[in-house]
Amino acid sequence: MIAKGKAIKYGDNVDTDVIIPARYLNSSEPAELAAHCMEDIDADFVNKVEQGDIIVAARNFGCGSSREHAPIAIKASGVSCVIAKTFARIFYRNAINIGLPILECPELFEETEEGDRLEVDFDTGTINNITRNKVFKTHPFPTFMQEIIANDGLVGYIKKTI
Amino acid sequence: MGMTMTQKILASHAGLESVKAGQLIMADVDMVLGNDITTPVAVKEFRKLGINKVFDEKKIAIVPDHFCPNKDIKSAEQVKFIREFSKEMKIENFFEVGQMGIEHALLPEKGLVTAGNVVIGADSHTCTYGALGAFSTGVGSTDMACGMATGKAWFKVPEAMKFELVGKPGRWVSGKDVILHIIGMIGVDGALYRSMEFVGEGLKNLSMDDRFSMANMAIEAGGKNGIFEVDEKTLAYIDEHSTKEFKVYKADPDAEYEQTFVIELNKIKPTVSFPHLPDNTREEGDFGDVPIDQVVIGSCTNGRIEDMRMAAEVLKGRKVHENVRCIIFPATQKIWRQAMNEGLFDIFIEAGAAISTPTCGPCLGGHMGILAKGERAVATTNRNFVGRMGHPESEVYLSGPYVAAASAVTGKISSPAELQEV
Repeated sequence: MIAKGKAIKYGDNVDTDVIIPARYLNSSEPAELAAHCMEDIDADFVNKVEQGDIIVAARNFGCGSSREHAPIAIKASGVSCVIAKTFARIFYRNAINIGLPILECPELFEETEEGDRLEVDFDTGTINNITRNKVFKTHPFPTFMQEIIANDGLVGYIKKTI
Repeated sequence: MGMTMTQKILASHAGLESVKAGQLIMADVDMVLGNDITTPVAVKEFRKLGINKVFDEKKIAIVPDHFCPNKDIKSAEQVKFIREFSKEMKIENFFEVGQMGIEHALLPEKGLVTAGNVVIGADSHTCTYGALGAFSTGVGSTDMACGMATGKAWFKVPEAMKFELVGKPGRWVSGKDVILHIIGMIGVDGALYRSMEFVGEGLKNLSMDDRFSMANMAIEAGGKNGIFEVDEKTLAYIDEHSTKEFKVYKADPDAEYEQTFVIELNKIKPTVSFPHLPDNTREEGDFGDVPIDQVVIGSCTNGRIEDMRMAAEVLKGRKVHENVRCIIFPATQKIWRQAMNEGLFDIFIEAGAAISTPTCGPCLGGHMGILAKGERAVATTNRNFVGRMGHPESEVYLSGPYVAAASAVTGKISSPAELQEV
């Protein structure tokens, strides 16, 4: 599987309250959530995001609440992948569980500018910054998590086993 | 090699002799929790599994507490949706308004979680029950759905950090100040993916309510869970509240910790987290001159009876400052009644504070105390992110009940030590 798009950059500790503010959590409709994605940190996000775009962030992306609405909003806004130095753990498992690909890559952040064209190959764990002609390797997922992703999330995986 | 408390509990629930940090396991869960925001998503995912029965009607708790009592039509629809699901699935622990409290105060009080349990909850502050010596962690709605279906959850066995508590906290210092101090020390990702294990002789000087506040905020340090060694106070609490079978796990002497910290409780001062991260802490004497508009005392972090007593101790005979709205939220019906019977409500009302029915409302900017542009609040809640309590240009300062109540009186961030005698 390959993801391709432009980089949209954020810094450290992007929390779930800015990814999708709680005032919109009286709905769980993906399209409705996507309309307010990143609103409090980047009001322009919904205008500039295009299908396939890749969020590049620094440390502890997705910290804060357990709201699955956060990865749902990101996925529904067309983002194909989030790459950060590190992820907060509940966001990490939620993303895997709903089938939003995420990768940890400590080097990419400094080597990427907003708007750079990126290509990610999930099978090899390779990230290519096409604009800057630089290639980065990430750790592949453990087999167990690969199975969850291959089954389009935890529900698909569990469905097979019950 | 030895195991930590967390690792022992996980091993026992995965049917394994031992586990190692980094190992992926499938573990049995003793309780699956959800609230009015996370459960609707979980129910939709549960339906996709194509089954019509939950794994155990007794081991699921659904607590509509965030936007409840329903703040608007959409919230009412969400609660109606999960109420109907709970009835259909015969879930025993669905707590309606009137029975409901803030989930993380309610479950221990009802005896639904106990020592040695594995608990998952679709709410990040599920880590609170670590105070009881349980492994308890926040997950998302999909995990909740699969937990309700199978009674299992997947985990990566965490590495551990040990916090050895020694001594006794000073006069105006509670568990909240201790955990804010620790978060300030290690940072909001200082315990990322790891368990925070609290042990040491200083434990005896921390009440159960102190410990609930501390375990509650393990997530604000990025921790997977926070867990306290079980002692006489824990056993007395369990004896009073729960009839469930429990098991006490102690760490092996040769358990591995990535880091060990000695926390001298007597050196901790009243602590406040300034905007916009919980690790941006300042101590008494360094608060500066910050005028405030609102004080919130409550939440899953500090809405318990001792928190109410601490607030009352400061507010007794004093008045809330004319520029401040002070709103107090006892976390459960039981705490509400107890606070009322102890006369604390007379003190609050006399001081000019408002008292609300239990709700998470203001903590997450839901309802019952939203901030306008440019407004500042001191809150005994757990997060001070941008826009957390309302307008993106409002500010939240996190503190314990003593500082919150003192600030309500002076109209600026203050320690009770600054107040004049009454």
